[in-house]
Amino acid sequence: MDIVYLLVPLSLVLVFAIGVVLWWAIARGQFDELDREGAAIIADAERPAGVDLGQMPRGSRR
Amino acid sequence: MDRAHQYNYRVVRQFTVMTVVWGIVGMLVGVIIAAQLAWPELNFDIPWLSYGRLRPLHTNAVIFAFGGSALFATSYYVVQRTCHARLISDGLAGFTFWGWQAIIVAAAITLPLGYTTGKEYAELEWPIDIAIAVVWIAYALVFFGTLWKRQVKHIYVANWFFGAYILTVALLHIVNSAEVPAGFLKSYPVYAGVQDAMVQWWYGHNAVGFFLTAGFLGMMYYFVPKQAGRPVYSYRLSIVHFWALIFTYMWAGPHHLHYTALPDWAQSIGMLFSLILLAPSWGGMINGIMTLSGAWHKLRTDPILKFLIVSLSFYGMSTLEGPLMSIKTVNALSHYTDWTVGHVHSGALGWVAMITIGSVYYLVPKLYGREEMRSVPAMTLHFWIMTLGIVLYITAMWIAGVMQGLMWRAVNDDGTLTYTFVESVKATYPYYVVRFSGGVLVLASMFIMAWNVWRTIAAGKPVDPAIPPVPATARIAPVSTPVAEPVGA
Repeated sequence: MDIVYLLVPLSLVLVFAIGVVLWWAIARGQFDELDREGAAIIADAERPAGVDLGQMPRGSRR
Repeated sequence: MDRAHQYNYRVVRQFTVMTVVWGIVGMLVGVIIAAQLAWPELNFDIPWLSYGRLRPLHTNAVIFAFGGSALFATSYYVVQRTCHARLISDGLAGFTFWGWQAIIVAAAITLPLGYTTGKEYAELEWPIDIAIAVVWIAYALVFFGTLWKRQVKHIYVANWFFGAYILTVALLHIVNSAEVPAGFLKSYPVYAGVQDAMVQWWYGHNAVGFFLTAGFLGMMYYFVPKQAGRPVYSYRLSIVHFWALIFTYMWAGPHHLHYTALPDWAQSIGMLFSLILLAPSWGGMINGIMTLSGAWHKLRTDPILKFLIVSLSFYGMSTLEGPLMSIKTVNALSHYTDWTVGHVHSGALGWVAMITIGSVYYLVPKLYGREEMRSVPAMTLHFWIMTLGIVLYITAMWIAGVMQGLMWRAVNDDGTLTYTFVESVKATYPYYVVRFSGGVLVLASMFIMAWNVWRTIAAGKPVDPAIPPVPATARIAPVSTPVAEPVGA
């Protein structure tokens, strides 16, 4: 099982790296205003400009 | 309009269309090999049509061609929309598309010809492995480069999942594919014996965890809230879900090697981490489904939501079943039986394919300037036929698997085996036929989707919308290409 000498240190390095990224994200205020961030993508209107909505397909409901 | 101020939907369109194409191809091969298990004559004594060669073609096609194209398409779409930034390089993004398609074609040629490393889900030979690494690094550059030039301060949770999937798959692929070439299209792994098995399943299960789970969770955290028209149930929980999942996933792999030459302690660690994974998995599943709380009525009329929510139900089912099957005593019954195959397809068809199909139905009209898909009833029909097919498939495999496990372990009073192996094969025959029928239904439903997508594309025209301005409170100081702002912002 010599392979553990590769995989275990690799996992530890990885966990450490993930920890650093988490620390970075917290320090940069990524998680400061979580109540607002979830709603932000809903506000992003996606209807492409210049689309002719008169050409709605049959069977459409909206 | 200046292209820098528009989203790059072109590469998203390319990958989205190929998702549908490869979905049909991969599932067609699946139906063929399901038929071969029930009726082996369908091998026709032609080597490149034999089960052993077509099976890796099926798995590679559905995971890396269908699932991979879907992940490219959605990650490129989501990272642009949530960051309010065009992909950092059109050329590099185009390279990932053509490179990935070339790899798929290379796989579709070499696997039936019998060129394989023999490592499950990593069968492709070394020149293709190198191509995968190159394309994947380009993918990482495009994704993280776009994230880096974002206009929005906050990184939306879906991007964390996509980012983790891209980085981890790069690491897994490079470590597991370390091999010594012995000629063109022939190589030997640098690991041997149980070492090789451990690396293989460290790769194999983390591929499930990061390719087939984290990547598609990124899809879930964007398309479920968007289609439901409401924010994810608990954004806090989604952040906890992400960090819990990536901190704990890495060591579940040994559960693929229970009762083998792998040391007992390594098997137990694999089982323990698999059980721990139930918590973040169900947290995410509940978070996704509860996003609909207060809007459940939308499920009645919206087939896209039907796909997305039912995919989450399958995600919940298979992430309960997985930890259960990783318990050694359960595994003693389930391993090497068709129960495993049923479990995989509950995840692959129920979770991965359904969340993909819901996302594609969401994307196609937006990419082609339409209000919605050509036919809403056709989407609903697709949903029901596919659901019926999946349920037939997995129940047949559950019954077959438990039956096989019980027959294999049955012993007479004098210690001899009660059944020969071939008796268990014979007993499985009706379930193989039912599984084949389920597969046919799923494949048929994909043709309905192909028609609907084709008609929608034919009725619309490709659009590359302008990047909308970011509200001042959400902005980050721009680090590269400035984007048109409203005066006074």
